[in-house]
Amino acid sequence: MIWNEKYESMPIDERKKLQLERLKYVLNYAYERIPFYKQSFDKNGIKPSDLKQLSDLSKFPMVTKIDLRDNYPFGLFAQPLENISRLHASSGTTGKPIVAGYTKNDIDTWAEVMARTLSCGDCTRKDIVQNAYGYGLFTGGLGIHYGAEKIGATVIPISGGNTKRQIMIMEDFGTSILTCTPSYALNIAEVAESMGVDIKSLNLKSGLFGAEPWTNEMRDNIEKRLHLSAIDIYGLTEVIGPGVSSECQVKDGLHVFDDHFYPEIIDPETLEPLPEGELGELVFTSLTKEAFPVIRYRTRDISRLFYNPCPCGRTHARMERISGRSDDMLIIRGVNVFPTQIESVLLAMEETEPHYHIHVHREGSLDTLEVWVEVGEQYFSDEIKQLEVLQKKIAHEIQSVIGISCRIKLVEPQTIERSEGKAKRVTDHRKL
Amino acid sequence: MRVKQISIFIENRSGRLREVTEVLGGNGINIRALSLADTSDYGILRLIVDQPDKALTVLKKANFTLSETDVIAVEVKDEPGGLARVLAILGNAGINVEYMYAFVEKSSNNAVVIFRIEDIDAAISALKKNKVTILDNSKVTKI
Repeated sequence: MIWNEKYESMPIDERKKLQLERLKYVLNYAYERIPFYKQSFDKNGIKPSDLKQLSDLSKFPMVTKIDLRDNYPFGLFAQPLENISRLHASSGTTGKPIVAGYTKNDIDTWAEVMARTLSCGDCTRKDIVQNAYGYGLFTGGLGIHYGAEKIGATVIPISGGNTKRQIMIMEDFGTSILTCTPSYALNIAEVAESMGVDIKSLNLKSGLFGAEPWTNEMRDNIEKRLHLSAIDIYGLTEVIGPGVSSECQVKDGLHVFDDHFYPEIIDPETLEPLPEGELGELVFTSLTKEAFPVIRYRTRDISRLFYNPCPCGRTHARMERISGRSDDMLIIRGVNVFPTQIESVLLAMEETEPHYHIHVHREGSLDTLEVWVEVGEQYFSDEIKQLEVLQKKIAHEIQSVIGISCRIKLVEPQTIERSEGKAKRVTDHRKL
Repeated sequence: MRVKQISIFIENRSGRLREVTEVLGGNGINIRALSLADTSDYGILRLIVDQPDKALTVLKKANFTLSETDVIAVEVKDEPGGLARVLAILGNAGINVEYMYAFVEKSSNNAVVIFRIEDIDAAISALKKNKVTILDNSKVTKI
């Protein structure tokens, strides 16, 4: 099912023209309105008018998460706050989040690309969408919500958690489409099985799962257990939220809605653009956003792009399922976590040393985060209850910054590896 | 009246306990009493030794995380009800015991109980009033 045939199945040459036109516009728009881009272009001796063809984009400087953080909260907005109708945020690399602003038109654009995404999952106005993505600053909940409403579907804004209630509602309301992180989908399946629910008799048709990396094996598992068709959806707050790209029922790559988000693949070491089909880092330029345009945003997500038409009829560029990161960001239970966030907490606490190691496990379908912290003399107590108070305090501080719970394991001093260069701070035990 | 106890943080890894005892043994330090409190991740080894200052130095050198705590060592008759009598004295005086452990004297009919108590002075005076024998460092190390 295609939501917007005109744009999604546009002849490729025609779309290229549209992209070039929009790209010229947004380069000018950002240059004129956002001091950061003006400085960055000037420093690199390049002007918006230097863009004559699409491939010229690679001559423009890129923007990173650090740039976004340095301009916290609103420094990269192209519109005054009075024109911003919504703010969302995602985790930054340290304590401060990355803030995204949306004008009224941006919200409409977002609803449009989300309507396309949901249509990829065969959502129509007759469907009942159980939206178990978190509502709030996280873009997942409201992103899906607006897209489903635009289609005219019935939305259940249940948000994440309370799995037994999710299953009850699924049974009683006749949910046909489930949206959540893939690991939560598995969790729902496990709980439903343990409750003895006859999943086959439910009305489930498809599931749109994203916000964390998963595999085809996990897809098979979810599809078999929940009796639905599972598709991978992709997006990031810096670009718009979910709705950047989506699989269709062919399930061979994610269609990038590239009339709104222009994708490139670069070599993360040399930063040079890579040809079609090469594995590298995804870079996006927003073509139509008003409040918070991004020019060549480095996502750090590793993928490849291909341009041959899809049997579904869409002509968008397709990206391969994300296969990794070019930085140390972890995605745990759908939440982005940077080791530096944890480090900043430990540095700020008097009782701890900044020596730590992060272990990520997957227990059943849920990710767990364990932080090993060295016990220094200065806060060692010979009473276990005191040490437990300390463990709880560290866990609480970390949770308040990263937004998810973690377990603290105290270890002996000098047992965590010191490194001259980049210390290895993370061991990911999950088999993704 | 106070006795020096050394507490050591020990991760639950095989061989760690042995390493502590080897460091002490290698330096001619004798353990008089010990207890081990454990959690799923780590344990705290509490020791009474014959040369506490030397033990602190050599263990620190071996990179162990240590703390020094004052405890009291109380002589308790090695017979039914012996410990209950001492605990009743402390209880009646409103004194809380954080933790305790016991061992039996080699050459007498007494057991020695080590008490970790927040308000040590109050405990000492309550026990003395009731004629309970409290051992000092030199006596404990000679047990």
